[in-house]
Amino acid sequence: MFKLQNIEFKNILQIDSIELKEHVTTAILGSSGGGKTTFLKLLNNMISADKGTIYYKDKDINNYDPVELRRKVVMLPQDPEIFKGTIRDNFIITEKIADKKHAGDDIYKNILKQVSLPKFLEDKAEDLSGGEKQRLALARVMLLEPEVLLLDEPSSSLDQETEEKIISMVVNYAVKNSRTLIMVTHSPAIAEKYADRIINIESGRIIK
Amino acid sequence: MENGMVNIQLISLVFAYIFVFILLLIVKKKKIGHEQEIILASVRMTIQLVAVGYLLKYVFANQSPFYSILILLVMEIFAIYNIYGRIDAEISLDFKKTIAVSMFAGTSISILFFVLIVIGLEPWFRSDYFIPLSGMLIGNSMTGISLGVNHLIGGFRDNKRLIENYLMLGAEPMYAVEKISNRAFYNAVLPTINSMMGMGIVFLPGMMTGQILAGASPVTAIKYQIAIMMGILGSVTLTVFFMVNRGSKTFFNKRKQLKIK
Ligand SMILES: Nc1ncnc2c1ncn2[C@@H]1O[C@H](COP(=O)(O)OP(=O)(O)OP(=O)(O)O)[C@@H](O)[C@H]1O
Ligand SMILES: [Mg+2]
Repeated sequence: MFKLQNIEFKNILQIDSIELKEHVTTAILGSSGGGKTTFLKLLNNMISADKGTIYYKDKDINNYDPVELRRKVVMLPQDPEIFKGTIRDNFIITEKIADKKHAGDDIYKNILKQVSLPKFLEDKAEDLSGGEKQRLALARVMLLEPEVLLLDEPSSSLDQETEEKIISMVVNYAVKNSRTLIMVTHSPAIAEKYADRIINIESGRIIK
Repeated sequence: MENGMVNIQLISLVFAYIFVFILLLIVKKKKIGHEQEIILASVRMTIQLVAVGYLLKYVFANQSPFYSILILLVMEIFAIYNIYGRIDAEISLDFKKTIAVSMFAGTSISILFFVLIVIGLEPWFRSDYFIPLSGMLIGNSMTGISLGVNHLIGGFRDNKRLIENYLMLGAEPMYAVEKISNRAFYNAVLPTINSMMGMGIVFLPGMMTGQILAGASPVTAIKYQIAIMMGILGSVTLTVFFMVNRGSKTFFNKRKQLKIK
């Protein structure tokens, strides 16, 4: 799905070559400041490499319209912004952002169930707890049905249990709907348990 | 006396400078400082006004489209540099260009419309009308655009994370910043709207006061004031609209990535 060749980004990231296959769940491990978020942002073209080429489906990502690419390769950032208003508003705003057809309450409720967020669509999104907000943000991304899901580890420290719960849900979703999932985590145990493949990034380099 | 206007004698004018000395005295006594600045400001005002007075006297006596346009350009350039000076952040060359072009285009369109259609000035370049009216439109647009620019920059800075979240969900840049640019536009136009609210009750506008002092009937003065107020509103609206629309785009690069740090 992705092929990276001789990538350099500032002096933050250097990658000789790596391929990420379709329908494979990849976990990215590495210490803080190593370049994991930077790596994800290169994949959805939130940033551009100074050198080298990234291919998405064998086409240079610079040849995609960036917005078109970001609608296929959706990233859930480390600390997602919850939009003002209700949970339903969050879904509707997301649809408008991505220029998508209005899905409707039934689909919203179904997604809330998938991320085990037992709330009403009328509930205020701002009143949700940290972990619940994370799940709502995930639900918004799932609504977009991306080909690739880039999941950055939440920076607000969720407890291990909550984090694992969220990850198992995403992995479950990705497998069931045959999506490609690339997720950052600090926990080798979670990576071992849920990912098909593990990549380590330390000081801007992929190490074996 | 000219045109029934009470002229100020040169000698009496000197007395007006007493106010500067009062200020200087207070500042010195209270050790507030900045005496040099006050003196400089007074001297500059005097020299600048005298120079402009003689310049305008010459220009009014020698009507020519060339002079009108030349002075218009000088005012535009001065206004644009003034806007740059009022921006409290570093901005891209692209944004600077946008500001200059918006200012120039917005005010020019409004001035032409105003002079040709609203007042029906004949000839259109009649400088004793053309120059002061243009000055008012340019001055107000300058204030509006400065406000708009600072609100736009602040909006981008404060909402960087939100904008990035929008982009990551697949938003077109202009959709992601719609609220920010709308707010910048509104905040830039608001003072003009507010000044219309209080007009005639809270204060008599400078131009109207001037005309009445110069002996015009208050009714004529009001007609001009209404017209000029509309002209100002139009000019501020256009310049700020151009600036916000094109300006928002300068915060993104070709790959639709946010350029601010
Ligand atoms: N746009 C940028 N310009 C300059 N430096 C940056 C930029 N983005 C990130 N960095 C720096 O690059 C390094 C890698 O950052 P990155 O966010 O990718 O790390 P990370 O592995 O995701 O860390 P964490 O686990 O703490 O989230 C850090 O030192 C960071 O300060
Ligand atoms: Mg990170």
